[in-house]
Amino acid sequence: MSTGVAGMAPDVQEPAVVATPRRRRPMTPSMRIGLTLVGLIALLALVSFVWTPYDPTAIDADARLTGSSASHILGTDKFGRDVLSQIMWGARTTLFVGVVAVGVAALLGTPLGVLAGMAPRGVDQFIMRACDLLLAFPALLLAIMFGAVFSASTLTAMLAIGLATVPAFARIARGGTLQVVRSEYVLAARSAGRSRWAIARRHVLPNIAPLLIVQSSVAFGIAVLAEAALSFLGFGTKPPNPSWGRMLQESQETLHSTPMLSVWPGLAIALAVLGFNMLGDGLRDRFDPRLDDRR
Amino acid sequence: MLLTVLRRTAVFVASIVAASVLVFLFMAVLPGDAAEVSLGTNATPEAVAAVRAEFGTDRPLPTQYVDWAGGLLTGDFGRSLISRESVTAQISDRLQVTMILVFAAMVVSLLIALPLGTLAAARHQRGSGLALSGVSQLGAAVPAFLAGILLVALFSVTLGWFPSSGWTAPDDDFVGFLRQLALPAISLGLVEGAVLTRYVRSAVLEVLREDFLRTARAKGLTRSQALVRHGLRNAAIPVVTVLGLQLAALLIGAVVIERVYVIPGLGSLLLDGVSSRDLLLVQGVVMVLVVAVLLINYVVDLLYTVIDPRLRGS
Repeated sequence: MSTGVAGMAPDVQEPAVVATPRRRRPMTPSMRIGLTLVGLIALLALVSFVWTPYDPTAIDADARLTGSSASHILGTDKFGRDVLSQIMWGARTTLFVGVVAVGVAALLGTPLGVLAGMAPRGVDQFIMRACDLLLAFPALLLAIMFGAVFSASTLTAMLAIGLATVPAFARIARGGTLQVVRSEYVLAARSAGRSRWAIARRHVLPNIAPLLIVQSSVAFGIAVLAEAALSFLGFGTKPPNPSWGRMLQESQETLHSTPMLSVWPGLAIALAVLGFNMLGDGLRDRFDPRLDDRR
Repeated sequence: MLLTVLRRTAVFVASIVAASVLVFLFMAVLPGDAAEVSLGTNATPEAVAAVRAEFGTDRPLPTQYVDWAGGLLTGDFGRSLISRESVTAQISDRLQVTMILVFAAMVVSLLIALPLGTLAAARHQRGSGLALSGVSQLGAAVPAFLAGILLVALFSVTLGWFPSSGWTAPDDDFVGFLRQLALPAISLGLVEGAVLTRYVRSAVLEVLREDFLRTARAKGLTRSQALVRHGLRNAAIPVVTVLGLQLAALLIGAVVIERVYVIPGLGSLLLDGVSSRDLLLVQGVVMVLVVAVLLINYVVDLLYTVIDPRLRGS
């Protein structure tokens, strides 16, 4: 899979065979680690709704750059804001951006992919060439364009990341659809006079769902990286709402005196991306039957 | 073969035309227009009208597009709304810097990925192979700008070995150039190298299971000889595709790294253009980046056909 800020190019591997629930395998260590990390981030985000050690936006001039202490476990930043509280709120921002961006990508990409897989060749080619074209506009570039025309915000970042990830979902959905529509039960359904819409809803979507779940996890990792990069550049979440990318950007000014201010949000981003990547790998191991031969 | 090349070239050209329409429309059909945006909310209608007349944005959109696209064909990107300087001159100055950074990062990334990926595959059942896979998984989760900040903290702030920011042209001071290039290239290349390592590993693993490699070994070649003589060409097929994606990713990643290290490249020009609301400049830089990504994909497509003869007829 392609990650990295630089690597915002979405994973475009097409599935070979659609998995069925019967073929699921037990959880791999990769999936367990991924689930644990993602669970931890989700827990931080959930707890932040009811409790944080301090108000993450509260400025305290007397407690600037304190470093780790009993009252501020991860220290404070140059404005005296509690770093742990900001990390907890940042988890919320990260997950929110990820959910919306992946949701946009899945809601647009899946129907496009299914349509391409079931429609005549001309429509299929048109949709897939349009997706190829969209791949030339990575999330970062799209978000900067949005930022140039409209005012940069969390919304523009989410939309940009979502749109840039549409081709990956469309390709996965198309690949899965092409296999399902060639199966005997779909031929039988066609013979029985079922409409394309009914076949898509009843046979295609349930069968390609596992592939889409795997892709969602992979896309989530990419979205986390993209959101962090955009906030770092000032094209994502705006102050005073905490975000890990902006915490990193602000920490650059105090790198000489308090380098740990870069480490905490950096660690949060890396662990979140690692979690979603490993979860994606684990889910692929669980659902992708091609891997049976490789064990 | 020729038909494949012609078909891919036609798709490439059509993609550039479609991308130029998208970029143009996106920047043109905005609330207000480039003149209003660049002058701000306090501008008088006369001032806005003057800027519109000067830059031709008062003409119908199709005319503007034909004018702009025609300019692109001759290498004329127009003039900056703010500085009134040639956008082409600004882009070409900055593009050189970004290209140097991207290619240096690509070298770093290959230097990491080729040996480590091959080693991880060759030793995939041993602890060292698993450890290498784990490290590459971890490396792929680190954003380049985080790597950049941590490298600055260690090698600039703590050890003082490299400068933390800035850029020196190679003609001015070659040693200074190398010292300033080192950290940005490593930051960008390290992360992409980790991603690439995973692809190299799986490509080599795939090849190691092939019958032709078993045959080569049966004929008396050692495992390493068989891998080098017969395996690497086959392993190169998926790696070349990923390398193309990586190159495009490095180009976009350079936008962020240039901000971390205050490098006067294309990314900095783009971000400066956005800050100053210079939409014609932004439009030009975006177009260059999009064409570069399309060009990379096109070249990878062609290379793919050259490496894998099975694809020539398809």
